[in-house]
Parts: sequence; C-alpha cells; structure tokens
Amino acid sequence: MRIKGEIVNKIFAQGEQEAPLEACGYLAGEKDRITNHFPLRNVDQSSEHFSLDPQEQFSVIRRARSEGLAILAVYHTHPASLPRPSAEDIKLAYDPNIIYVIASLLNGHQQIKAFWIIKGQVTAEELIIEE
Amino acid sequence: MRIKINGKEQVIEKGLSVAELLIVNKVEMPDMVSVQLNGEFVRRGKFSQTVLKENDEIDFLYFMGGGK
Repeated sequence: MRIKGEIVNKIFAQGEQEAPLEACGYLAGEKDRITNHFPLRNVDQSSEHFSLDPQEQFSVIRRARSEGLAILAVYHTHPASLPRPSAEDIKLAYDPNIIYVIASLLNGHQQIKAFWIIKGQVTAEELIIEE
Repeated sequence: MRIKINGKEQVIEKGLSVAELLIVNKVEMPDMVSVQLNGEFVRRGKFSQTVLKENDEIDFLYFMGGGK
C-alpha cells in the first residue's frame, strides 16, 4: 500500500496533538494508494484504548464515497508503545477488508506500520511512503 | 430486486432481511456490525425482522476499536 507523505505527517500531527490519548481515523484513496485522511474522535478518550463512533464512521464513509474514494485503512496511534498490534487490537479487528495502520510516538520516535488482521492472524503490509 | 449496499447497486432476492443480507455478504460477526437503512440505524435486535424493499439503501460497517 502506498501513502502520500503529507498524510503520514497529518497522522503524526494529530497523534501529537491528541497525546497522551490515542488518536484515530480512516484513510481513503483508490486501489492501493492512500490519498486522504479523515480524523475521527476517539470515543474512549483513553491513552490505552480507542473506538470509533458509528455515526461518525457512516458520515466519513459517505463523504469519501461522494468524493469517489474508498476507505482503505483505519489508523490509530500508540502514544507510548511500538507500532504493532496489541492483543486487544487483534481481538477487536473484526473487519477483514481493511488495513490496520498503527502510528507510534514512543519516546518521540515516529514509526508507522500497516497490517492485515484476519481471524486473529496478523500479516504485515508494506507501507510505501511517497514524498 | 435492486438495492444499494454500501453505495453499490446490487440485485438481491426479494424478501431478504437485514440479518440474511449480512450473511449473504459474508459478515461472520453481525453483532459487531452497525447498520443504517436509508440513513437510519437499525437496532441489532431488529436485523431479522427488518425486510428489505426495492430501492432501499443499506450501509453496514464493523465496530472499530483497539488498545495498547
């Protein structure tokens, strides 16, 4: 999956702004290229958990659709842990058709990774950041 | 009959309920799915009783959440 560098910058900017809470949202684009970022509210307002509000999810999905975009990934930040799916991330990954992106802010180091999580099985997806 | 599912027009069998449509669409955990029919939420307890009609627009999405 390719992603525009400016989208990655926006994810980290949101993550830093919302830290120590986890930040989250959807990523949209066409085919295998992420071009748009839709920040969403972390309903849990937690530094250790996140969940999305279904009403906001529907609104964003329709907005993306109206712009001719598909939702390709959901992202969240790990303010103080590595960019890999936690046991809870894996347990709560119900959608087999979406990529799960995790952006880590651990110790001020920005790292971003992407995964498919299907029936508890995690597979890394290469994330190519375009300049 | 024709309906729109997640923005895409599809032909489905007449008389399908929301619960049956989710099965047809290979949703394995309907308890973790939110559904809107013509822009209104359908409560999970009503999935089996809610029958789809011609030109309905149904959207469904999975719960999204996680933790560290």
